[in-house]
Amino acid sequence: MDNLSVEHLIGIRDLTKADIELIFKTADQFKDVINRPIKKVPSLRDVTIANLFFENSTRTRLSFELAEKRLSADVVNFSASSSSVSKGETLVDTVNNILSMKVDMVVMRHPNPGAAKFLSDRIDAKVVNAGDGTHEHPTQALLDAFTIREKLGTLEGKKVVIVGDILHSRVALSNILCLQKLGAEVMVCGPTTLIPNHIDKLGVKVSHNLRHALEWCDVANMLRIQLERQDIKYFPSLREYSMLFGLNKEILDSLSKEIVVMHPGPINRGVEITSDVADSKQAVILQQVENGVAIRMAVIYLLAGKIERQ
Amino acid sequence: MENQVILNAKQVELTISRLCHQLIENHGDFSESILIGLQPRGINVVTRLKARLEEILGKEVKCGNLDITFYRDDFRRREKPIIPSTTNIDFSIENKKIVLVDDVLFTGRTIRSGMDALLAFGRPQQVELLTMIDRRFKRHLPIQADYVGKTVDTMVSERVSVEWKETEGKDRVLLFNQEDNG
Repeated sequence: MDNLSVEHLIGIRDLTKADIELIFKTADQFKDVINRPIKKVPSLRDVTIANLFFENSTRTRLSFELAEKRLSADVVNFSASSSSVSKGETLVDTVNNILSMKVDMVVMRHPNPGAAKFLSDRIDAKVVNAGDGTHEHPTQALLDAFTIREKLGTLEGKKVVIVGDILHSRVALSNILCLQKLGAEVMVCGPTTLIPNHIDKLGVKVSHNLRHALEWCDVANMLRIQLERQDIKYFPSLREYSMLFGLNKEILDSLSKEIVVMHPGPINRGVEITSDVADSKQAVILQQVENGVAIRMAVIYLLAGKIERQ
Repeated sequence: MENQVILNAKQVELTISRLCHQLIENHGDFSESILIGLQPRGINVVTRLKARLEEILGKEVKCGNLDITFYRDDFRRREKPIIPSTTNIDFSIENKKIVLVDDVLFTGRTIRSGMDALLAFGRPQQVELLTMIDRRFKRHLPIQADYVGKTVDTMVSERVSVEWKETEGKDRVLLFNQEDNG
């Protein structure tokens, strides 16, 4: 296996296990590169990448931009708030305008689920999904799995619990698919209102009791409550949520084994995770961010190899 | 056409020994020098050189592996992306004398990428090139080796393969026609 089976990275759903392993293998080398005195390689000198962010993002956007720059690609940035989108232009028109300036790859975050797929069917450039609404966020899932692999050696047979707002989380869906493809067992945990109906059809366990979930798992991935996507109240108060589903040092220390704590960011300290847990040795939150750059370099490198030359 | 043996096991051993003595002439006891093998095939050469050098000098010789995949100039000119091997340089090369090592010097493009890749680790005092086989008159770039195991004249359609006991079961250097090899 020395090539991806896909032309775009729309979601983890389209990837095979071999694809994911190829991305990890390539990311291992890029992780080495970004720890060198000169953190840049010339591979993508002739590639131009547009970062289209129709939704706010700090970490993902920075991480993609750094990844692109460390591969020596030319980068153009675009954010919806300062663009013609607010003047009524359609997505395809906006993107085609950008592509006519000879852009080879598009990294897009969009509030609508399916936006990345929609775009990839209509344009010539390679598309990398950086999050489409509540659908998928494939690079986040890849970097989470990569971090677990780095920490525990393998994903095979490991137990991962995803805690929090599963209903609104694209990170949760991508993570479930990715972890399962790599042979891990997945449980979701949260208030009933934030766990989608029929999620057990994906082959995941469901729990509404945080302690029970933590006792079961090797890794806990704590998700943020996505207040911006919640149009109604899903639980009485943040305080109550944090009492029932927030991870604090007391619970963590009372567990029978040492688990790995992850968080995709941004953290709401004191809600889903307390400060002392976020800053503890068991938390790999900053490693996740570091690995994010390596994973994104690998994805872009492998997809760029598929760009046809004129 | 039969495969032609350019060097047999005995000759490979002699060549390695000679190269080691030439290296010692220029690098003394190797306290300021480092051998760096280019992935994937240069690594085997370094392993042999290191063993022989340490035998002669009676002390450890510093070595590293360098992967040049991300520095190649033919990315996107190939059918598939090239999958990288590991780089293993866990020491500073600042102000050191570096000997880049590869098995076959052909177009010189690998070495060009290798120099680029090497400079990402710092600024060595000097960089030299050692190759087991020099396919002369075939260069695309103005690059020559400082230490050569054997110089051979070849046609572009031919291929030179350096084989090792550790990986292929036998120490030898072969010349064969691409067509024969499918």
